[in-house]
Amino acid sequence: MSEMKNYTLNFGPQHPAAHGVLRLILELDGEVVERADPHIGLLHRGTEKLAESKPYNQSIGYMDRLDYVSMMCNEHAYVMGIEKMLGIKVPERAEYIRVMFDEITRIMNHLMWVGTHGLDVGAMSVFLYAFREREALIDCYEAVSGSRMHATYYRPGGVYRDLPDKMPQYLDSKLRSKEKLEKINENRQGSLLDFIEDFAKNFPKSIQQYSDLLTDNRIWKQRLVNIAIVSPERAMQLGFTGAMLRGSGVEWDIRKNEPYSVYDQLDFEVPVGVTGDCYDRYLVRMEEMRQSTRIINQCVAWLKANPGPVMSDDHKVTPPNREDMKGDMESLIHHFKLFTEGYCLPEGETYTAVEAPKGEFGVYLVSDGANKPYRVKIRAPGFAHLAAMDEMAKGHMLSDVVTIIGSQDIVFGEVDR
Amino acid sequence: MKELKQKLSKAFGKKNVSESFNELTLNIKSEDVLEVCQKLKDEFQFEILMDLCGIDYLTYGESDWNGNASSSGFGRARQAQKSTNQKDQRFGVVYHLLSVSNNQRLRVKALLSSENLMIQSVTKIWNCADWFEREAFDLFGILFENHNDLRRILTDYGFVGHPLRKDFPLIGEVEMRYDEELGRVVYEPVSIEPNVNVPRVIRK
Repeated sequence: MSEMKNYTLNFGPQHPAAHGVLRLILELDGEVVERADPHIGLLHRGTEKLAESKPYNQSIGYMDRLDYVSMMCNEHAYVMGIEKMLGIKVPERAEYIRVMFDEITRIMNHLMWVGTHGLDVGAMSVFLYAFREREALIDCYEAVSGSRMHATYYRPGGVYRDLPDKMPQYLDSKLRSKEKLEKINENRQGSLLDFIEDFAKNFPKSIQQYSDLLTDNRIWKQRLVNIAIVSPERAMQLGFTGAMLRGSGVEWDIRKNEPYSVYDQLDFEVPVGVTGDCYDRYLVRMEEMRQSTRIINQCVAWLKANPGPVMSDDHKVTPPNREDMKGDMESLIHHFKLFTEGYCLPEGETYTAVEAPKGEFGVYLVSDGANKPYRVKIRAPGFAHLAAMDEMAKGHMLSDVVTIIGSQDIVFGEVDR
Repeated sequence: MKELKQKLSKAFGKKNVSESFNELTLNIKSEDVLEVCQKLKDEFQFEILMDLCGIDYLTYGESDWNGNASSSGFGRARQAQKSTNQKDQRFGVVYHLLSVSNNQRLRVKALLSSENLMIQSVTKIWNCADWFEREAFDLFGILFENHNDLRRILTDYGFVGHPLRKDFPLIGEVEMRYDEELGRVVYEPVSIEPNVNVPRVIRK
């Protein structure tokens, strides 16, 4: 028998399981991975450089496009950094709206993750179910910002506008019967908050449905249990955050440990894994969705009871009301200054982090006192996770690499920036 | 936080520790980086290196409206100005640390002179520094001594220059297109003009 030599396999960048444009150079001994070398940067757009050349407000949109499945959480980190440096206060209602949408985003992200992870590992049907629910959440995005993905909804000083009183409905179409139309519009009769409430009421059943499909599924467990075990020490050493760190048994959640916004007033729990394998990370994320639903319920109740402003009235930073602008000289000046020049941040630097669905999403802002940031560094959770690919994949089979990518929940918008 | 500040002042000198926006910064000399980081990890329990990034201070504090405003009017603002700044400590490396056990954060900053863009790698202390250092090398050209695998990471294969340096133009230096005659992609100098829509102003 001739001796088998190691060989190199080029995985991606055009591979459906690569979650975007990951190029992996795998050194294989038979089917066992000896070394994994991810090549990233195929989606590098120079976000940090671009942000340096624009006034602060114009870069909020870039934040959406970083991790493009958890858009509003990225915005949250960025606007919080600006608010911290400006020292402006955000109305409480805006904080609740932000938290509610952060959690909606978390569910959206985890639905995307459970769907594609299932698809990679061979469970087709979860994908279809997960995207059914995700659609409703994307509709919430659309109702509130006019955009289904890249919302640019959070602004320094609050959120762009208050929640709509009417949830948009499906229109009459040749392709739908009248009965069908009435049925799909049934939960869209009231306000956006009613719609979200209805969603949060039914969503635990959907999570149970995914759980039924996966948690005790024999194939699912064979593919996930004991794959890529990371000990708590290694997880910290490798810079893991979010579900990756908690899956390894380290109880660390920025929402609990360094509460921002109004998370300290909300009641929720942080799930923690035990063994630190892909299966634990799966369980952690599933539980996170349930906890997010709890938070959404609390936010909806609060928001229904407490109307009020959603934007700070410091018009050096936030645009004045349109009507004021037409009749009031000072408002006109504010409007003109804000949209031509923007506002200046005091000199200094700050690092602001939020618990994004994937882990700690941080923005390091350096200002020299100008109307544009001097330096913006985006700390993306996926970057550190993907860096651990080599260690996690070593000694596993080629097919497990796909499981690991899925379990890391990689999105290239944030890794490459 | 106060406690940490005191402890840090005691260990590294009071003038090196500063506080702003409720965050602590420790300024260190670039030669001491290994020693300080080891100490921070072992004695102060900063287990996680959250972030490591480079920074270029070339145009710090400069605005587009400097000079004679009347002579050339608005057109001058549309062109990014060449910096005349000569800084001997132009680059910096910034570390963001997190201590899970004490729930503390710390920023460590080391400035580098432009003649000697070298700093010790901290990959041995925090393994995740690997890619972050590669990124800082790629985008700023900062060299990390004793890093095992200092390759470019984000830019294209065969890229020339360090794009996040302040003297690197926003529009880049080359553009790429497919050449039909040669049957391959070719790189050419950029044909677009740089354009600044909103000038950079500093108001105090």
